[in-house]
Amino acid sequence: MIYSIIGNYSLILGLICGLILFYLSFKNFKNSNLLDSKILSFTFLQFFFVVISFLCLVFSFIISDFSNETVFNNSHTTKPLFYKISGTWGNHEGSLLLWLLVLTLFILVFLLRTKNQQIKYQILTLVFQQVIIIGFFVFLIKTSNPFNYLFPPPEEGLGLNPILQDPALAIHPPILYLGYVGSSIIFSSVLAATCLNMITPSWASHIKYWILISWIFLTLGILLGSIWAYYELGWGGFWFWDPVENVSLMPWLALTTLLHCILVLERKSILTSWVIILSISTFTLSMCGTFLVRSGILNSVHTFANDPERGLFILIFLFALIFLSLFIFFFFHKDERNNPQSFFWLSKESSILINNWFMMYFLSVILIGTVYPIFLDVISSEKISVGPPFYHKLIIPFLVPFLIMMAIGPKLKWIKSQLEDKIYLISILFISLLLAFLVLKNFDENILINTILISSALYLLLITLRDFFTQKYKNISQNIAHFGFSLLILSILFNNLFSSEIITNLKVGETFESSKTKIVFESISQKKEKNYNSIVANFRIQNANGQNDKLSPELRIYNQPVIATSEADIKTTIMSDKFIVINLVQNQDFFNVRYQVKPFMLWIWLSVILISIGGLISFLQRKI
Amino acid sequence: MYGKKVKLRLLFIALILITLVLTTFLILKSLEENIVYFKSPTEIKLLEELDNNKIRVGGMVKENSIIVNSKEVSFIITDFKNEINVVYSGSVPNLFTEGKGVVAEGFLKDRNFFSATKIMAKHDENYMPPEVKEALGEK
Repeated sequence: MIYSIIGNYSLILGLICGLILFYLSFKNFKNSNLLDSKILSFTFLQFFFVVISFLCLVFSFIISDFSNETVFNNSHTTKPLFYKISGTWGNHEGSLLLWLLVLTLFILVFLLRTKNQQIKYQILTLVFQQVIIIGFFVFLIKTSNPFNYLFPPPEEGLGLNPILQDPALAIHPPILYLGYVGSSIIFSSVLAATCLNMITPSWASHIKYWILISWIFLTLGILLGSIWAYYELGWGGFWFWDPVENVSLMPWLALTTLLHCILVLERKSILTSWVIILSISTFTLSMCGTFLVRSGILNSVHTFANDPERGLFILIFLFALIFLSLFIFFFFHKDERNNPQSFFWLSKESSILINNWFMMYFLSVILIGTVYPIFLDVISSEKISVGPPFYHKLIIPFLVPFLIMMAIGPKLKWIKSQLEDKIYLISILFISLLLAFLVLKNFDENILINTILISSALYLLLITLRDFFTQKYKNISQNIAHFGFSLLILSILFNNLFSSEIITNLKVGETFESSKTKIVFESISQKKEKNYNSIVANFRIQNANGQNDKLSPELRIYNQPVIATSEADIKTTIMSDKFIVINLVQNQDFFNVRYQVKPFMLWIWLSVILISIGGLISFLQRKI
Repeated sequence: MYGKKVKLRLLFIALILITLVLTTFLILKSLEENIVYFKSPTEIKLLEELDNNKIRVGGMVKENSIIVNSKEVSFIITDFKNEINVVYSGSVPNLFTEGKGVVAEGFLKDRNFFSATKIMAKHDENYMPPEVKEALGEK
């Protein structure tokens, strides 16, 4: 009770701080030789109030204070402490409070860490960031206050959706939000820089680190979500082209494009409009993501019950922000026309630009695939969904030139370049074609397409691999990231090509036999935990070589709320994963069994980690 | 005559336009081929002709309708006005139970018979797919 009151008032105080900051900024802006120390203290105060209010919510969850509506809806006394805490952001209200926390944290760090930039620029960034922060404060307090009372306080809460009670998903939202919300600072700063006409190389090298932070967290956040989907949803896949997944991939694509553009801007004063547009769209896409996930508009397998009225507020707010940024872009941005620098076709910047186009293409494919069903529903009330074949068909063919450009681009020099070591580049191309063909020659389906795809990924892999030895520490971050990407594509391709799956319904004691695999359903046992009961099924799986594996998937029945979930049992080895999941069909003796052998699963995760390590190294290199 | 610079710029703009047109064409073309329509059992009854496209059917799993054997699961989807028989071999989601909402993706054999290739899972037991809610709206 007391925590809810404190939390609630801290929120209001935080909002007031925001308004005071507005006033202080305008005062300071006119007379801007020095950053007003009051600005810094109020920014800190605002952050402090949000932290207090966030901690209050966390405490309410820990002590299971059911007089708080959010706690009542999402918690239960029998839940383990870890999930009580993670329940704080596992719901709409709490996750928005987390948004706000990250928003205020970023602007505080921004003000503290930014040196060597104009004071006016810092103040303007603060103003734009405050526009976003105040918007979220109002949204939170008005439509989704996490501190609503319930009287009389209920004895017991409704519990957290069991599917969210999982370590990967417990830390997924904070990490993803650091990436999502991190793009807000890029948005604010690009608007400020546009107003002051200072989109210059020095600004680029300053904002680059903020882009990197956001990018690293977004990459890791998507990875965590994907790992969770893999073992928790029981489909054995890691990416379903589901709208909710797509909305996290779209900002990532925009951010990756921006990261590359900033590198060009750092060297040459070109592509300024492009950088501005990309920064604006990254944040807009992140906001859209929140809107689409939270409004319930999307028809997604990941959708949770939610309230459409909240969506309307975010939508209006989103349009206001887009309008504001477009206004600033058109009125303040002066083109680089007085500074003519044309492209030479063979140079690093033109290869980056070409790959930018590809990424924008991927982005628009995903955007259309995600938004089109909503659009059609509104205009014709026809219900449709767009499946994976759509994305595969449109994206996969274009990966080939994309990968090859990724391999050759970094070999080129800035401004004007000659293609050096032509023989070496071409011979590696032939080697990778040959290797890909050898791997696939026993494979009859679509051999041409697959050979080309795999060889282009191999090409990138081999070239980046060689650079580790020849170039040593030069460009190591870029090399690691590109290497990781080629590994990712390769693992995904092999994973798709060589996965096998058996789905069958078995009773206890029965055996399924196919030419290569024997699945013996040996026994079931029961297990009782504090917050769930589970049935553990014991399987013995024999493969063609007579090798035996014991796997024990679980079927959990949570007591609050009463929901059954399947816990897959996965045996991970370096080369492949063995994945088994069971389900009980109602009122029947049969268990629905799904057994999959998925090669290179581990490599998919590792390669994404490599990609983000690339980003991390680039971030750390600043200090050297 | 135009200068070299203008020519280059024109070429550049033309290139952008061509890519844009191509992109739009490609996307729209494959959208057309790959969209999956959602129908309720009643809408299926009213279909004029059956085609071989993949569709989704949504409604409630009828009480006492689930039958399992070692190869497949069969059940009936109802919207309380009409029903359709579904045969499915594959893995079923956790929240697949009688009396709960379900969405099945697959192909129509005829107006009463649907062969599913996928059954959608829900994350939340209070959640009902918007389509199902709408299809059941008049109940």
